Amino acid sequence: MSEKSGGDIFLRGVWEENPVLIQILGLCPTLAVTNTVENAVAMALATAFVLVGSSGLVSLVRRIIPDQVRISAYILIIATFVTVVDLLMAAVAPSASKALGPFVPLIVVNCMILGRAEAFASKNPFFPSILDAAGTSSGFAVALLMMGGVRELLGSGSLLGLHVLPGSWEPWVIMILPPGGFLTLGVILMGLSWWWRRGQKADETARPRRWPHGVREPEERAA
Amino acid sequence: MGDLTRIFVAAALVNNFVLAYFVGLCPFFGVSKEVPTALRMGGAVTFVMVLTAAAVSFLNAYVLPVAPYLRLISYIVVIASLVQIVEMVVRKVSPALFRALGIFLPLITTNCAILYLALFQYARGYDFLEGMAFSFGAGAGFTLALVLMASIRQRSETASVPAIAREMGLAMIIAASLSLAFMGFAGLFSSVA
Repeated sequence: MSEKSGGDIFLRGVWEENPVLIQILGLCPTLAVTNTVENAVAMALATAFVLVGSSGLVSLVRRIIPDQVRISAYILIIATFVTVVDLLMAAVAPSASKALGPFVPLIVVNCMILGRAEAFASKNPFFPSILDAAGTSSGFAVALLMMGGVRELLGSGSLLGLHVLPGSWEPWVIMILPPGGFLTLGVILMGLSWWWRRGQKADETARPRRWPHGVREPEERAA
Repeated sequence: MGDLTRIFVAAALVNNFVLAYFVGLCPFFGVSKEVPTALRMGGAVTFVMVLTAAAVSFLNAYVLPVAPYLRLISYIVVIASLVQIVEMVVRKVSPALFRALGIFLPLITTNCAILYLALFQYARGYDFLEGMAFSFGAGAGFTLALVLMASIRQRSETASVPAIAREMGLAMIIAASLSLAFMGFAGLFSSVA
């Protein structure tokens, strides 16, 4: 890890190993709360708080936790941070808390967070773990904002509640309903896939599937 | 009785966990390549859901009135230990079933559909019987969505699909059309939210 600079650790989570667009993790919130940009921002902030907090704490106590019970310990740490953010949002931003509904408590089972705790924070010192968590949170936010932007713009003709498309625009109501979420993510993933493949011959396989940083290759794990 | 039936049908079709609420998406995309595996996964999830619903109605009645801030933590601990117990029992009683379920069994802990069920039961204030109907319905709906998805994906395997859609793109578009179809159930009840 030492050869990696802090900036590299951060940027890796944003793009190269983007949790949603590359690793296909954390799909539930990505699809469920991105019908407006505002919800997407609130969700991204809440998740970032939990991810950075739990990664930092996991990294601090990584030498104390016995190996056998580490997953349960991580889940309890994550659940504690989620309880904090849930109560905090209900007190400070009641409307956002209402709009996100059960998806704030559901941050507990976002596999992206447990993934970072297990793959990175449990083996690395405090500051790199914080940077890694911040990078992954930013990557998550990028994906959420892409989804929220497209869905709100096409579904209600507005961005952040401001009408940006002319009045003659007939909103595609389907985009803010559940099918629109699947559709938008499908189109975004296909667009990205095209982007990676451009310039390659048709029979060449696209990006080789790589395991996220810190996760051992299956052959290594079996050995 | 009519009420319980309504809760069951609403949870299975109108408010399908996967296609209307977007929970339990990881197994929905991860374990939906073949119908038999999808069926087994659906069965295991339904089983854990029913047990969770029973445990949660107990927690709601006796523990949470005393310590409401423990809601999330107590739910996740209960779910994790239930999955662990189920795993041990299945391994002891039926090694064949244990091998068939494989890695899916422990992964149910981080299936957000289970936690969502617990939270929903709390928010709606369901009692024990209603919780049972709700969890059976939710499990049936989850299984149905998984099996439908697996059947379509099995078919599409032999189709010629553009390279860019081969990984996740096509699966997303299939899910979108399934979700669109399930929206048709919305007219079943006017009063069910």
